[in-house]
Amino acid sequence: MSDRLLDTTYDIATPEGVELRLPVAGFAPRCLAWMIDAIIKYTCLLVASIVANVMGEFGTGLMLLAAFFLLWLYNVLFEVMFNGATPGKKVLGLRVMNVDGTPVGWSGSIIRNLIRFIDVLPGAYLFGMLSIMLSKRMQRLGDLAGDTLVIYQPKQPARGRLNTVSPTPLTLPMSPDEQKAVVSFGERAALLNQDRANELARIIAPLTNDASTDTLRSHAAWIVGRKDEE
Amino acid sequence: MKQEVFESRHRDEWYVFEQWLQSLSGSKIIDRPKTGEPFPVLYRKICHHLALARTRQYSAALQERLHNLALEGHQYLYKNRTSMFLSFARFFVRDFPAAMRRHGRYLFWSCLAFFGVGFVTAWVVQVKPEFIYMLMDPTQVARMESMYEPGNEAIGRERGSDSDIMMFGFYIYNNISIGFRTFAGGLVFGIGSLFFLVFNGLVIGGIASHLTAAGMSSTFWPFVSGHSSFELIAIVIFGAVGLAIGRQMIAPGRKTRWGAVADQARDSLPLIYGGTTMLLIAAFVEAFWSSTTWPPNSFKYIVGISLWVLHILYFTLLGRHESRKRHG
Repeated sequence: MSDRLLDTTYDIATPEGVELRLPVAGFAPRCLAWMIDAIIKYTCLLVASIVANVMGEFGTGLMLLAAFFLLWLYNVLFEVMFNGATPGKKVLGLRVMNVDGTPVGWSGSIIRNLIRFIDVLPGAYLFGMLSIMLSKRMQRLGDLAGDTLVIYQPKQPARGRLNTVSPTPLTLPMSPDEQKAVVSFGERAALLNQDRANELARIIAPLTNDASTDTLRSHAAWIVGRKDEE
Repeated sequence: MKQEVFESRHRDEWYVFEQWLQSLSGSKIIDRPKTGEPFPVLYRKICHHLALARTRQYSAALQERLHNLALEGHQYLYKNRTSMFLSFARFFVRDFPAAMRRHGRYLFWSCLAFFGVGFVTAWVVQVKPEFIYMLMDPTQVARMESMYEPGNEAIGRERGSDSDIMMFGFYIYNNISIGFRTFAGGLVFGIGSLFFLVFNGLVIGGIASHLTAAGMSSTFWPFVSGHSSFELIAIVIFGAVGLAIGRQMIAPGRKTRWGAVADQARDSLPLIYGGTTMLLIAAFVEAFWSSTTWPPNSFKYIVGISLWVLHILYFTLLGRHESRKRHG
């Protein structure tokens, strides 16, 4: 199927015999997530430095130590304790995972965040960027060493109901793929506004002379096997 | 079976599974479901339903819902449950020393390149003191001398804890990048690693010898004795990993060149973790112990020598069993 070629998904085979599809995240969203995290970190440092200024020499020492731990452990702690997402990744809907689809653990997270210091080289994450572009699963060097990847957190699909229409048998023969498309449209139609739904429905016009949203929805209801309730 | 029938037949199981996921994730306080089947059984069912939904071409939204359930379930069922403490302990008691044994040959050559060159340079500088100026600028030598001048007690000056921490950060950055460079140099057929080993041997041996000859041993040696074991051994370890990788670049045997390098890197990973840990400890010791002035020099020497002895004992006594097992 063509969508498999276009999508940046990566399949893992489970022992139960189904494939789980992980939508791997590319450079741009990760870059944005990194920026959000950087803003959070530096804001914390700024506040800490103001407090440290009041406390004098001792405060400066504590503040440097805090800076050290913040810059080194921030990512590791968030990734391990909060389902693989730092606040920045959470905002962008990203998540770090082991390559086998299990939640990232201490070792994976520590490695990927230590090797970050090689990814940054020779400046502006050039090595990391090249590695993301060249590797099959969009991993930076830290991900390759730690066997981790960054995926989009799957969202609960919104789904409209088909119970407002009365099922109508199909008037023209359709392949399973086409039937699936009709059902998917039928379920989505209730979530779209009327004009957009009609616009999408008209795509099928060359095949049938009755390409209205309602007709397609009633066909969808028939395909999924809904019984007339009257 | 039509999608509608399929959904109405299994809706309850999916609901119970969702309850399970919510209770396991701990994001909401929900009790584990009392009714229905246990979690693994339900998970297998969900996987089965997902496979059915795919082959029967049910709608995309339904497939996606089942897929998300299966993915979440997979997370909890196959989560790695070994405790971090246990794996850390296992690493330092077994894996790290065992990996050292596997790399014995490379460690030998790395040692020779670093310590061998270092001692020879030290001897040459004792015999011909001007040799140091072939290694470094006069300004660099002068800076080194001023750092350890017994008169100004520069290193002896009790620094505030803030500058200790500042130096800590500096040492971590500086030393670990030296380590990583030595290791990464292995990718150039091992020449890079060899270069950094020999270069560091020359400079460190030369400076130590020069400062001793210049009468600064009372400040220099107590300062370096504490962290020397961690730092110098770590450089040798990184060099050995670099040489091992370089060897795979030159002679990959029956593997492809990059395949051989990747396998070697994975095999050498414990050494990289161990070496990095040692450099972190070295930075800590250098920042907070080596710079203190209150302990008498003799005490600092005792600590330094004990640490060297402990290192030798650690690497000779541990990991024997594991390395025997690997080689059959």
